Amino acid sequence: MLLPRSPLIPSLIALLGALSLASLVIGPASVSIPTALKALASDQGAASIVVREIRLPRTLLALMIGWIFGLSGAALQGLLRNPLADAAVFGAPQAAAFGAVLVIYSGLVGTLSWALPFAAIAGALLSIGLVVAVAGRSATIVVLVLAGLAVGSLAGAGTSLAISLSPNPFAVTEIVFWLLGSFEDRSMVHVLLAAPFILVASLLILRAASGLRALSLGEETARSLGTDVARLRGLIVAGAAIGTGASVAVAGSIGFVGLVAPHLVRPLTGYDPARTLVPAGLAGAALLLAADCAVRLIPSGAEVKVGVLTALIGVPFFLWVIARRKAELVEAPA
Amino acid sequence: MMRLEISSLSVDLGIRRVLQGIDLSLEPGRLTALIGPNGAGKTTLLRAMAGLVRPSAGEVALNGIAVARMGASERARSIAYLPQGGGVAWPLPVASVVALGRLPHREEPDRLPAHGREAVAAALLSVGLRGFETRPATALSGGERARMLLARAFATQAPVLLADEPVAALDPRHQLIVLDGLKAHARAGATVVAILHDLNLAARFADRIVLLDQGKHEASGPPEAVLTEARLASSFGIRASVATEEGRLLVVPHSPLPDA
Repeated sequence: MLLPRSPLIPSLIALLGALSLASLVIGPASVSIPTALKALASDQGAASIVVREIRLPRTLLALMIGWIFGLSGAALQGLLRNPLADAAVFGAPQAAAFGAVLVIYSGLVGTLSWALPFAAIAGALLSIGLVVAVAGRSATIVVLVLAGLAVGSLAGAGTSLAISLSPNPFAVTEIVFWLLGSFEDRSMVHVLLAAPFILVASLLILRAASGLRALSLGEETARSLGTDVARLRGLIVAGAAIGTGASVAVAGSIGFVGLVAPHLVRPLTGYDPARTLVPAGLAGAALLLAADCAVRLIPSGAEVKVGVLTALIGVPFFLWVIARRKAELVEAPA
Repeated sequence: MMRLEISSLSVDLGIRRVLQGIDLSLEPGRLTALIGPNGAGKTTLLRAMAGLVRPSAGEVALNGIAVARMGASERARSIAYLPQGGGVAWPLPVASVVALGRLPHREEPDRLPAHGREAVAAALLSVGLRGFETRPATALSGGERARMLLARAFATQAPVLLADEPVAALDPRHQLIVLDGLKAHARAGATVVAILHDLNLAARFADRIVLLDQGKHEASGPPEAVLTEARLASSFGIRASVATEEGRLLVVPHSPLPDA
């Protein structure tokens, strides 16, 4: 029901396999592909440390986070019947970051605590819930984007306030770099911290999948066809918030993967909003992993943050979608 | 045969009472036109019949079972609802959009069983959209889109069909095509209710007209009994003449009456 009967999913999985392999060998220390594979399975000395403790965690994180961003982007676009919907457009990463920063500044916990994802999820839930509530039943794209902009700006201001009030300059630097979004220096602890939340978020969103089809005819028609639209909205908002919150908690603010990924696969899934979900998740994982490999290849003194790269690619894409659908921006409700 | 009974139905939206004590009984095999001035509560009445809005008092019952207490999919199988001016969010193929009408039967559009495919084909045929199956829904003209959405409602093969202004914004040819389709659907045994603003179309196609005014059931009966000059003045606030030509009722509005 959810999977397109085309070679799309096997091709995406093959692509992910190739990218994962690339991710294990790309980096300052040169490791060949056979050595990298051997290092995963058995102790190969230094190579094993590099591959298992540095490159494997960041590969897994990029896969998990890219997957949940792509999945929740496709689900939000289906829910709001709007190709510009995405957790990042709704200010969720900023709100999640604000939640996390509040917890860190309260001084109660360090950056590796279970409190962090919960605080980030609360922030993301607040922002996505707020935008979906403000946007209501038939918001235009303009209302949606403006509401997201407002929520994101508010959360950004809160984070800036927390930073400017901070007594400790080292903590400030640490927070600022964390906010930029990166998979650098992440360990398996980060993977384990995010994994359960991303699993829950995926299950919530996939449960909502088939209802998205009826929703492409609007909420009234969907309800008349027997779809519980309120439940659908709850599942998707909760799933997107949990996924975004957990991702921001371990990797900082990474945006726009969820906006871009569904667009890449939609023409290949016949524009069916239910069948778009899984391919969008896989495409999101591929995008983010490719971006993370790219930042390691860009020659520069310090590594470019992957969150910066996704924004550099994602924002022009966002503008391109707006330009292409300008007519709808003027008139039609979503 | 499904009989839709509305008894002492009142509906509040927020603090406003939109419908007040409506009693109405709708028989199968007939096309009923729901008419009334803007804000009379026509859409709310249709949504209440479809079980999409909860009555504050009274009930809508289908063969003695309250619609509000039906399970969502049972209700969806029994009552097809066509909202006003609907669109399709994605460029789905026309056949897939029409196949969404099979969802209440738990048939997913991409794997319809044989009888589901037949229902979709019959629905497309009845609105004259055969050959449009693979066209993207977003590339249709307004008239074609209205016919596709009607086919979607037909495809459910529900005994009751409720249509909210199905001919609004359509050219005369498409108005006739859509109303012919609704009438044929009624003749095939369904209970069909359509909100219409064009009184001449209502007079021509409806077996029965129900006039709503300010949330109340003002009049109902055959077109010639409801569409009188006195009622057009009191409910619609217009001076109009009603004539009969070649056995057809003609309503000619002349001028708005000053606000009472």
